[in-house]
Amino acid sequence: MGGFLLRRIGQGLLVVIGVTVIVFIATRMVGDPVKVMLPLSATDAQRAAFAQQIGLDRPIATQFVDFVSDMARLDFGDSLWQRRPALDVVLERLPNTLKLIGAGLGLAILLSLPLGAIAALRPGGWVDRTTVFVGLFGLSLPQFWFGLLMIVFFAVTLGWLPTSGMGGARYYILPAITLALPSLARLVMLVRSSMIDELNQQYVRTARAKGLHFKRVVMVHAMRNTLVPFVTLAGWELISALAGYTVVVETVFAWPGLGLTAMQAIQKSDLFLLQAIVFTVAVLIVVINVGLDVIYKLIDPRIRLA
Amino acid sequence: MAIPMPVTTPVATARNAAQRPTLLSRLDEFGRELWQDKLGTLGFAVIVALLLMAILAPLLAPYDPAAQSVISRLKPPAWLPKGSWEHILGTDHLGRDVLSRVIYGARASLLVGVLVVLFAGSFGVVLGLWAGFRGGRTDSIIMRIVDVQVAFPGLLLILLVISVIGPSMATMIIVLVVTNWMVYARVVRGIVLSVRQTPYVEAAEMIGCKTSRVIFRHILPNLTSPLLTLGILEFTNIVLAEAALSFLGLGVQPPATSWGLDVANGRDYIFVAWWLITFPGLSIATTVLAVNLFASWVRVTTDPQEREKRFAYQRAKLAARRARRSPQAQSSEAKSQGGRS
Repeated sequence: MGGFLLRRIGQGLLVVIGVTVIVFIATRMVGDPVKVMLPLSATDAQRAAFAQQIGLDRPIATQFVDFVSDMARLDFGDSLWQRRPALDVVLERLPNTLKLIGAGLGLAILLSLPLGAIAALRPGGWVDRTTVFVGLFGLSLPQFWFGLLMIVFFAVTLGWLPTSGMGGARYYILPAITLALPSLARLVMLVRSSMIDELNQQYVRTARAKGLHFKRVVMVHAMRNTLVPFVTLAGWELISALAGYTVVVETVFAWPGLGLTAMQAIQKSDLFLLQAIVFTVAVLIVVINVGLDVIYKLIDPRIRLA
Repeated sequence: MAIPMPVTTPVATARNAAQRPTLLSRLDEFGRELWQDKLGTLGFAVIVALLLMAILAPLLAPYDPAAQSVISRLKPPAWLPKGSWEHILGTDHLGRDVLSRVIYGARASLLVGVLVVLFAGSFGVVLGLWAGFRGGRTDSIIMRIVDVQVAFPGLLLILLVISVIGPSMATMIIVLVVTNWMVYARVVRGIVLSVRQTPYVEAAEMIGCKTSRVIFRHILPNLTSPLLTLGILEFTNIVLAEAALSFLGLGVQPPATSWGLDVANGRDYIFVAWWLITFPGLSIATTVLAVNLFASWVRVTTDPQEREKRFAYQRAKLAARRARRSPQAQSSEAKSQGGRS
């Protein structure tokens, strides 16, 4: 277990290094931060002073070393927009994104297991066909559009729920449903198909033959085997949500999380803040990946972590 | 009945067994098989219609999609009280015709989708073939790159790169290619690894086939079915990604049109002009849904195991229908068809 964890952490370091290199190449070699960050009206003297301030006048190799050491010390510089350390802004907004992901993904996970299992009990039945059809819709609707339609319907026309922003529990409903929709569709399809496969296995027949109640066979025996691919996909959903797929939902609902902050940083040409967000999320994803591997081990003892 | 009906099986008449299948007979077979799946047929028809719409946009669109007109701003669709048949789907806040913009918008979605799938697919397939075929260090290096890149904060990195380089359709295509090739490499490598061990590949190598011949002639055909399905499904992801990026203002730039861009434009007017976000959004959803329906038919049709299952299912359905029609036979046949399977 120890050796495995070390290897995974080593691989995680590679990810962080890769992200650092790409961010460096994109911001220092392909793009010009002076051009991106300063307004068009800036004088040449101001441009030169800014370039010197962030170290652009030095050789590229020195710049890279400085860049890496800054990242390693979690020093991302000051956000030009907020005029305070970029990391502070990130850490302030991160919990909001995590809450949104928690609500949305939690909803998807809680609904997908029973829905998928019920659909799998009678493949081809009306519950099954409805589930598949709704699943296809969930995969086909663009998230931002679905969110806007819900705002129009539930917030504007009916006036039941707030249109945007963050606050009490009512503010969570629309963004969480919007975020959950595609994940729920993918998860339901997966639970359904792997449950159908499991229920056709010999061990289910054996368990039934020795007199176990069908409910128990489904809920305990088959469900446990379904959980392995389920956790893989749910973990992937969590990571891709973190990797920026909340940006769209946060933009539509003006949810003050990392995604909205990233869009604001782009609008304000605040490259340092954007860098800090990308870097923090990269580290977070690495940590979650290692955590997920440990969870697999707990669910399925057959998986040897080597 | 006095005259016996001639018994013909459709497959037998479709082509002579001795002849190689011509293009026409293949098309015929494709159509016949597709027709079995009504939803798949619907999806395919919508895809063809969308392609035609994108190609023939200048002929179909009643107006220039970028032409503004101050007098006809925010006109509702024709069937509403204030609407007129001059603008069937109404006009936006600059007086541009929504229908024309929806028609032209198909171009951006389909072009980006097709190009990204082609480029990312070719790149991923080549690397996957190489990794799987060479094995050893080549394999572990390529797969390590795949593993590392999969764990990147994808969309955030895309946002950063696009905001630095400057948004444009070309930037978006390049960035999506660079971030979407890995899945192909993984799938291809897995299949190559298992196919390499089969006797016929070993035999081909043994009798001295060139490496390229082994790869393209013996290994590649195994990849057509999974790659076809994967490519189609990836296409839907890319169409949604293009829409989302354009919605965020980092994809297609005005004066060009895109469905995602139009939803973003209509966002400020959702209280007064619901049609501005409705029609472009509906177009995206219809496109993706149609491709998904077609993809599920392709998956089932190209996979021998799934074909078997479908065949059995159809037989059972047919038998059940026959049993319902003749009550005497019902008891015996229902017994054999019933029960959970």
